[in-house]
Amino acid sequence: MIPAPLHLAGERLLLDAAGLLAWPAMRTLVVADLHLEKGSAFAAGGRFLPPYDTRETLARLALALRRWRPARLVALGDSFHDRGAAARLPAAEAATLTRLLDGIETIWVLGNHDPLPPTGLPGTALEEWCAGPILFRHQARPGRIPPGEVSGHFHPKAAMPTRAGPITRPCFVADGQRVILPAFGAYTGGLAVEEPAIAGLFPRGGRAFLLGQERLFSRPLTARRMRPTSIR
Amino acid sequence: MGTLPEPFTAWFAARGWTPRPHQLALLGAAKAGQSALLLAPTGGGKTLAGFLPSLIDLAARPRDGLHTLYISPLKALAVDIARNLAAPVTEMALPIRIETRTGDTPANRRQRQKADPPHILLTTPESLILLLSQPEATDLFGGLGAIIIDEVHALAGTKRGDQLALGLARLGRLAPAARRIGLSATVAHAAALCAFLAPNAQAEAVRLIVAEGGAPPAVEVQLPAGRLPWGGHMGLASAPEIYRRITAAAVSIVFVNTRAQAELIFQALWKLNEANLPIGLHHGSLTVEQRRKVEAAMAEGRLRAVVATASLDLGIDWGAVDQVIQVGAPKGVARLLQRIGRANHRMEEPSLGVLVPANRFEVIECAAALRAIGRGELDGDPPRPGGLDVLAQHVLAMACHAPFHPDELYDEVRCSAPYAALTRQDFDDVLRFVEDGGYALRSYERFRKLFRDADGRLHVRDQRIARQLRMNLGTIVETPMLSVRLRGGPLLGEVEEWFVSTLRPGDAFIFAGQVLSFQAIDGMTALVTRGGEGQPRVPAYAGSRMPLTTWLAAQVREILHDPAQWRLLPASVREWLHLQQDRSLLPPPDGLLIETFPRGGRWFLVAYCFEGRLAHQTLGMLVTRRMARAGYGPLGFLATDYVLACWSAFEPREVGPLFAEDILGEDLEEWMAESSVLRRSFRNIATIAGLIEKHHPGLAKNGRQMTINADLIYDVLRRHEPDHILLRATRQEAAHGLVDVARIGMLLRRARGHIRHIALERVSPLAVPALIEEGREWVAGGAEDALLAEAEALVAEATDGAETFNDLLTELNEGVRPRTQPERSRPTGRQAGRFSRRLPRALATP
Repeated sequence: MIPAPLHLAGERLLLDAAGLLAWPAMRTLVVADLHLEKGSAFAAGGRFLPPYDTRETLARLALALRRWRPARLVALGDSFHDRGAAARLPAAEAATLTRLLDGIETIWVLGNHDPLPPTGLPGTALEEWCAGPILFRHQARPGRIPPGEVSGHFHPKAAMPTRAGPITRPCFVADGQRVILPAFGAYTGGLAVEEPAIAGLFPRGGRAFLLGQERLFSRPLTARRMRPTSIR
Repeated sequence: MGTLPEPFTAWFAARGWTPRPHQLALLGAAKAGQSALLLAPTGGGKTLAGFLPSLIDLAARPRDGLHTLYISPLKALAVDIARNLAAPVTEMALPIRIETRTGDTPANRRQRQKADPPHILLTTPESLILLLSQPEATDLFGGLGAIIIDEVHALAGTKRGDQLALGLARLGRLAPAARRIGLSATVAHAAALCAFLAPNAQAEAVRLIVAEGGAPPAVEVQLPAGRLPWGGHMGLASAPEIYRRITAAAVSIVFVNTRAQAELIFQALWKLNEANLPIGLHHGSLTVEQRRKVEAAMAEGRLRAVVATASLDLGIDWGAVDQVIQVGAPKGVARLLQRIGRANHRMEEPSLGVLVPANRFEVIECAAALRAIGRGELDGDPPRPGGLDVLAQHVLAMACHAPFHPDELYDEVRCSAPYAALTRQDFDDVLRFVEDGGYALRSYERFRKLFRDADGRLHVRDQRIARQLRMNLGTIVETPMLSVRLRGGPLLGEVEEWFVSTLRPGDAFIFAGQVLSFQAIDGMTALVTRGGEGQPRVPAYAGSRMPLTTWLAAQVREILHDPAQWRLLPASVREWLHLQQDRSLLPPPDGLLIETFPRGGRWFLVAYCFEGRLAHQTLGMLVTRRMARAGYGPLGFLATDYVLACWSAFEPREVGPLFAEDILGEDLEEWMAESSVLRRSFRNIATIAGLIEKHHPGLAKNGRQMTINADLIYDVLRRHEPDHILLRATRQEAAHGLVDVARIGMLLRRARGHIRHIALERVSPLAVPALIEEGREWVAGGAEDALLAEAEALVAEATDGAETFNDLLTELNEGVRPRTQPERSRPTGRQAGRFSRRLPRALATP
């Protein structure tokens, strides 16, 4: 797997095609929107999604941790699908998670799905985490931001036109100051990067990096909003 | 035979009618308490025949309560029939109340119908199941005397048909005395339809009544004036001849095969329409209001012609249609006859049909269809077994009605033909899926939807589950659509979301019979204005083309192979076939002809399979995978209804192994993992079975990002529980439908030991239509990542590397620099081919 370099606020970051961001200088790995126990949350509502999502997500996380060997893991919020999710983790999965995080400084940035710190798991819960020129938070905020901002929340996805029709994939969205990570969880759908909620954060344009098997595929974000202002 | 009682005799006499033999035969069956299937062409007084026994019974023995249930595949048909029945009922002053019950019925009327049901209720399969899922169903249906099912041929063999059959099985329990009457167009497999109707899935339990055929239809083939086109499916070259025929007749229906074709033919006709004849457009993506308007105008005789897709295959009889023009190949004989039957709904006069083939292969197909009509032969596949997803929905619906014992429900569903052969294992797995998802990892025990009491009966957990089910009832799963609205004007209809995603503001496309310019997306709506610059595109719809039937394909092969039959064909086609005979071989009626030849620096392999486009598409994916493994370097393929053409970097010398039967083993499994077609099947199955919901209580309608992505579930399930019931249902569906694996199996068996491989020096005459086919659908092995890389590289090439990936990454530090090139790689005409077509230049400028 070939990571792609990205310069943000003067720092060299790497985008991993598995959907994670690495900051080699800080030995830090960043992941967004794990949505653990989304399956069981849906099951409680009468929709029996296969109960393997947490297992699947953790297996992919384990691979990434083995590949990068970070000293620190930052989870950018919505790590758990709902307030009860951490408590609902099956014993085996809870043990796996604890084992994975052993010896790694873990920072649980809080998100809208998991506004409270997870109980019974290692790590520190924070509203935001700042390191050097970069601010890590769950949701990007429009307007003035610190020199660099790394966030999740939107589950961005983008379509690339090909001769066999458009292909849609989860993606990173980035410009020189801001990068939004794709969701890492097994059952996390996506929001198209053209939607105003995402496009509005990149008024000067930016790029989408679509996740592939081995590498990323990049395409420009539409520079201007698709929606002429007169409609509003 | 008998006669009608009063006041029916007088009423018939007053209109100058005499009861038709099939009407009396149905009456006889009813008197004997027997179920019956009536096969009759349109215009034979079929509907009245179905209702007569009920009207007579209710006139003789007036009583309260629901007497007759009528089920139609179309809401509009139910409403129309209620109106038509009102005439005899009021004129004879019969003490009969008739009402409809569909998704449009207001809540207060539903409540009233519960308390005080009409004598005759007209409804749809979905509304029937909804009624059956309610606790009151026992009382409502207990006294039922008759069940009439209209257009049975259009329901049996579909998922809606599966659902209806399960509903009938339940009605058989609630009202064992109720007779069933099926009304159907003429079909090849009447016994299967009888079994579908029967209370015990046995065809013998249903009396088959075949109405005397009217005059045989008069059908001819219309060729374009100029050269016969080699390729293309739209039939635009024949527009002047179509227009001339419309001018010569009073009222015509112009049937086409796809919605895109409807738009194009409609545009082409209006270009020629100097006389300003009122010509309308009708297809399934237009708004309901618009379709109703066109139908009403047609019924009132205000239109000279309507260009229509399958959206008009069923529906209200319009007495006054003079001719039916079928543009493009008919694809099936039974379907063609049903379409032609829409002209002239008077049985004594022949229906007039005109076939307008769009290319040379279609000319042969038309000749084969004509020959079949002349011989009175029909095609059509017998209904396939019922879907497990539909069964899952039904199990939950029945639990909402009342607690049940699994053994009883198993026996009940096997009374329906689609599920007669259902194994206990499949039933139990479906039941477990409904209870708690049915996963090997039993972690959802505490969220069960059903619980068992001490007697082993299953109860639904709470009313929320019932509400959830009722919100999601039905088996029609729509692809994601966006409405199309004129800015500051009316809704025009809907197009698939992905099509809009390929448009940029200002792009022109043809829809609802006009050239529109895309402006913006607002929520779930695409805003457009009239007019537009550049070449307009035409939205196409996934899976909207019917494949060639197996039977008609065999007829085409037979004609091709036997020069004695060529007298059926026009001279230009005969010359073409003679040329093929000289340069290569004619495809054999059995076995498989494969040609290979070099062209333009590539090698082509053309296989004359004749198994329909869907099967060829699947086969193309599998064969190109094998070619890759054999080192031929496949570059792409395309599938038509007749042939599969693959192209590769190196000469495929050994073609036998590429078409060996074991391709359906491991290769198929492997391909299933990433096939987008199967993913679509899975999405539909998961939605129908209730894993994914169309609507969820408390969620806003526009909650698209809230919905769960079926692809992700498919991947996880395949990895962790490959034998889960929903994956089994997906594989079962792959045998037919969009993947058509069953037909590939048939072809490969036929070809075994009978493959004729001929290596040519250049393209053969028969291969030309395939190679100039517009819809180049490709991709070796279907690898999406390769496509993405290619698309990315294309942009880089088009922008002289200014857009290359790595450059940009470093640039990001300084912000994004202004671009001089288009921002997205725009699909060119060829690239866009699979899903949309460029309009011929002649039509592009308004």
